[in-house]
Amino acid sequence: MFAYYLDMALRSLGRSRALTALMIAAVALGIGTCMVTLTVLHVVSGDPLPERSSSLYLPRIDPRDDSTASASTAMPAQVTWLDGNNLLRAGRARQQALMLGGQVAIEPDDGDVESFIATARYTSMGFFDLFGVPFLHGTGWSAADDESRARVAVISSALDERLFHGGNGIGRTVRVGGVPLRVIGVLAPWRPVPHFYDLGMGHFAGGEDVYLPLSTARAALLPRGGGIECWGKGSTTEDLMETAECTWLQFWVRLDSAADVAAYERFLDGYVHEQFSAGRFRRNRPAELTGLMAYLDERHVVPGDLRLQVWLAFGFLVVCLANTVGLMLAKFMRRGMDIGVRRALGASRGSVFAQLLTEAGIIGLAGGLVGLLLALAGLALVRTRPDHYAQLARLDLSMLAITFALSITATLLAGLFPAWRASRLPPGMQLKSQ
Amino acid sequence: MQIRPILAALRRHKAGTILIALQIALTLAIVCNALFIVHDRIDRVNRLTGMDERNVVTVQNRYVGSTTQFIPQMKTDVQAIRSMPGVESAYVTNAFPLRRGGWSTSVQRTDQDRKGEGVQSALYFGDEQTLKTLGVRLIAGRNFTPAEVRSFELQESPAPAQVIVTKAVADKLFPDGDALGKVVYYYKGKPSTIIGIVDKLTVPWIDVDFMDNVTIMPLLHNSTYQFFVVRTKPGQQDAVFKSIANTLYGTSRMRVLPDKTGVRTFEMVRSKAYEADRGMAILMTIVSGVLLLITAAGIVGLSSFWVGQRRKQIGVRRALGAKRSDILSYFLTENFLIALGGVVLGVILAVGMSQWMFTHFEMKRLSLTYVAAGVAILLSLGQLAVLAPAMKASRVSPVEATRSV
Repeated sequence: MFAYYLDMALRSLGRSRALTALMIAAVALGIGTCMVTLTVLHVVSGDPLPERSSSLYLPRIDPRDDSTASASTAMPAQVTWLDGNNLLRAGRARQQALMLGGQVAIEPDDGDVESFIATARYTSMGFFDLFGVPFLHGTGWSAADDESRARVAVISSALDERLFHGGNGIGRTVRVGGVPLRVIGVLAPWRPVPHFYDLGMGHFAGGEDVYLPLSTARAALLPRGGGIECWGKGSTTEDLMETAECTWLQFWVRLDSAADVAAYERFLDGYVHEQFSAGRFRRNRPAELTGLMAYLDERHVVPGDLRLQVWLAFGFLVVCLANTVGLMLAKFMRRGMDIGVRRALGASRGSVFAQLLTEAGIIGLAGGLVGLLLALAGLALVRTRPDHYAQLARLDLSMLAITFALSITATLLAGLFPAWRASRLPPGMQLKSQ
Repeated sequence: MQIRPILAALRRHKAGTILIALQIALTLAIVCNALFIVHDRIDRVNRLTGMDERNVVTVQNRYVGSTTQFIPQMKTDVQAIRSMPGVESAYVTNAFPLRRGGWSTSVQRTDQDRKGEGVQSALYFGDEQTLKTLGVRLIAGRNFTPAEVRSFELQESPAPAQVIVTKAVADKLFPDGDALGKVVYYYKGKPSTIIGIVDKLTVPWIDVDFMDNVTIMPLLHNSTYQFFVVRTKPGQQDAVFKSIANTLYGTSRMRVLPDKTGVRTFEMVRSKAYEADRGMAILMTIVSGVLLLITAAGIVGLSSFWVGQRRKQIGVRRALGAKRSDILSYFLTENFLIALGGVVLGVILAVGMSQWMFTHFEMKRLSLTYVAAGVAILLSLGQLAVLAPAMKASRVSPVEATRSV
């Protein structure tokens, strides 16, 4: 029966080519724009680390004095050197890391090659395990390396490619900001989107090129980047940052169960209370423990323009569908005669309805196909945009499925009313009136 | 006019009528909001910086190597640039308009508690050639002298004895207009005297609410990040743009000039700064255009269907003495009535949508001019779209009345 409906639908669509093309074009345009904007939104609002984002937390304490805390009431997302190290040493979470970003000059040994700027992360050894960063060769460094300010580095595969032509640079030397570091690990490509662990470096910054121990970086006073907030006496010189009244480091922990979270919260509160009693904190503001995804929400990582575009695209789709409903209505009603004959020959209302809906479904399928092509073209266009996130806009399998589901559902819905109206036409009237 | 019979006829085509009206309403709501966004973005893109933007070249420079003393090299570099042929003036700084990165702080009249009464101002470091290079106009006071230019360390607070501020800063701090010569505080315990006021100069960012609040300080910042701003002689911009990197590498190779943002003319700086806004404006324009096309196509399709359906009735009317123009005006009026209904609904939707965007996306409220323009566009679009089917209808021959099939 379905094959018969399909055949009839194709014949009928073929009879009025212009109208069919118009309907397919309208559906395709609506679907195409929706998919482009949805894909971009999907990319930027995604989960940076799907396997473990639910167990990563940002401990937040407020060491500021009254004068500045009134100006910005949100809890700081970064920590001071002292607090960061206290929490790191306490080691109360399953895994933890204290870190800082920066941009460094990489000076190739090759005299002919110009120096270039690379992004760096200075961190305690826990970083790689904490975020599950994949290694291609070698490993990260040890706690002893952190302690001894060892001159070691882990580099990205891209930097390995650029410096050592992909020849696995382990054991070789890379000069970072004038400091020679021995390469002990090469990472597999890794790019969490958004760059959740340090939004101050740019919400959609890529993974860093070089990773080295925080202690080593601070000993060499390598350039610091990212956000910084100071109060009281603030900072005076770079080598006194360790005692300055500024928050400038990121501290993340991994907590697996609700019990662990509760225990860590108690520990943090205890820490704040202790610092308050000792007179170091001037306000006894309760500590907070923010989950990764909640933190991304709080910081409004998804650009407002993008959300606006998604709404716009859906508005556009609705107009396109209203258009299709109108055209389908016209098309089906014009076939009153056919329908009358079929009804008179014994077709039930249900079968007329099913047949017309098949026709709508075919338009949906074709609209989805053309829409998919439009979406691919649109995304290629988006990727030429300058925004950091734009380069990531690619259609994945789930979005592909959504494209067709959306297209067919939308057109079937659009076809419901016209098909119902047409199937209600009294057969006698149609035959007589002409 | 034959409005009554048209309304009576429309009652028999409720579904089609409602669909077209709805489509017009939605299109109106989206199009006038989209065009309003376009207008808003174009306004932003065309905002003035207060600079004379012609013949300006900027260089983003980063010193590398193990030294922590950059001031001598900075002075050498500026001297080298100034002695290039084709260069009018040049200086070294931390930021300039449309750079989209820089330093701001709050400035106030007293050295008391810093609680809320200060004025936020961007800080531009420079020297006696800064005003000339940027091409900004001093409206009161004097320029810096070379002797006033000081160095300061990476972590020090920038608070020199003399500053030049924009009129916006001066007026906000001293509403009576007597800012010149007054002492203000950028950092606690560090007084600065306003020695000059410039007409207008904008901050490095494009998204802040203190666009015109800028302070120029006679300072050299001992830091690895520096920007050189160069004013070339007329017609020499290209030559300087091409040779400036070599001049700098000639004084020292221990530097990085990033590939894309290293050497840029100010036109490039401007176009980069507003890339996203321009993109959004183009996108909105395309969406509006396509939406109008689709709506028009929908009207053509449905009207053609109605004409086809009513051939016989049209024939009867013609046989009873209706002129071609009567039939034409019937369909035009019918479309106008439907469009009118759609437009009324559309205005409500448009205003509602704008209100929603105002609360969710911090956008300005839709101006009524845009609503009016949208209404005019859609009403005429409807008339245009229905013209062809209506012409076809007017050509139906009276003989049709007598045909049975």
